[in-house]
Amino acid sequence: MSPDDPMLPVAYRVEKVTKETRDTFTLVTRRVDRAPRHAFEPGQFSMLYVCAVGELPISISGDTADKQNLTYTVRSVGQVTNQLVSLGVGDTLGVRGPFGVPWPVEEARGKDVVVVAGGIGLAPLRPVLYHILRRREEYGRLVLLYGARSPQDQLFRKELTQWSQAPESRVLTTVDYGGVNWHGHVGVVTTMFRYVRLRPERTIAMVCGPEIMMRFVARELETRGVERSQIRVSMERNMKCGCGFCGHCQYGPDFICKDGPVFSYDRIQSRMEAYEI
Amino acid sequence: MESLERIIAEQPFVEGLESYYLQLLVGCARNVVFEAGHTVFREGEEAHEFYLLRHGKVAIEIHAPQRPPIVVETLADGDVLGWSWLIPPHHWRFTARAVTQVRAIALDGKCLRTKCEANHDLGYELLKRFADIMSRRVDAARYQVIDVYGGGVNQ
Repeated sequence: MSPDDPMLPVAYRVEKVTKETRDTFTLVTRRVDRAPRHAFEPGQFSMLYVCAVGELPISISGDTADKQNLTYTVRSVGQVTNQLVSLGVGDTLGVRGPFGVPWPVEEARGKDVVVVAGGIGLAPLRPVLYHILRRREEYGRLVLLYGARSPQDQLFRKELTQWSQAPESRVLTTVDYGGVNWHGHVGVVTTMFRYVRLRPERTIAMVCGPEIMMRFVARELETRGVERSQIRVSMERNMKCGCGFCGHCQYGPDFICKDGPVFSYDRIQSRMEAYEI
Repeated sequence: MESLERIIAEQPFVEGLESYYLQLLVGCARNVVFEAGHTVFREGEEAHEFYLLRHGKVAIEIHAPQRPPIVVETLADGDVLGWSWLIPPHHWRFTARAVTQVRAIALDGKCLRTKCEANHDLGYELLKRFADIMSRRVDAARYQVIDVYGGGVNQ
């Protein structure tokens, strides 16, 4: 039995659990057999297996520089995720992967990077932010636009503050519903583009969130002169095998698990607007 | 000291506007400052101005009985606040409250309406610009009511 077989889960133990919001938790996990953790790139996902419950694709939200742990941020929305967020320190889970096409962090070198995240979509983009902030001088301006449902639903609040203080970086957050005591922005994430000045000819954008939100954001980026080929979105469908064998996540001619989840917008724009897919 | 014309000319709302039209706007404009917590205008009141926000943040609120006001949107630097001055019966539909100290240019709606009636080219220019703002805000409001983060989302 090889631990590298993509079809066989490897046992990881939960080392730390952080409650991010009322329904979203971050799990830091480490291999039980003490072997090096699976190598991954920003934007890739693992298949997480909860014994006797099921398996789900979850993006890695941790830092590639953390050579011991794999970190996942999970929102409780169904049977498997309910179990995942119930895991405590010392509990084990199965991990397959990582799988999928990562964010284009190498291609982005030397360019301005616009990261647009909605809701839990910030989790798959967090490794990109870690990567760029660690190599700040190798990239142009960094803009993060983050939209959440309410102030209580914002992820990684402390880090958002830290990231906003990095050189040549702009972090703007907004919520769809804010109370009178909320002093931040209220409005959907696309409205935040009004407050940033893009240099479209040298900009690459990475977008992750609900598909409707990504469509609106991509249109806004296009309106502001960013080429479709310079817009990347992270798609989600019903992934099962993670390797392109089973066909559950077929998306037109592509399999999300193998050809994605990160796609160039020019490749999938027509599919994103099709009612039938 | 910066002239009012130069300050207005820096606002995104008037980008590309001919100097002659800009002069007409300046004749109806004045500088204003609102402290945090100040009500800029209140739902139902007569709408006789609109504002070009220079610095600060304004919350657009809907009053609801027996509960705190609902903030539907915030506006900030470079945004335009208010279009009820343009549309009869010229009463504010929402309440606007300064979240932070706000520095803005107030434009007298009655003065501008008179100028627009006398000069339809100016009126058309302003209408095009307000139509663009309204269209964007309607798009944003539609997207907001979908409540995209409420259901299944990308992980």
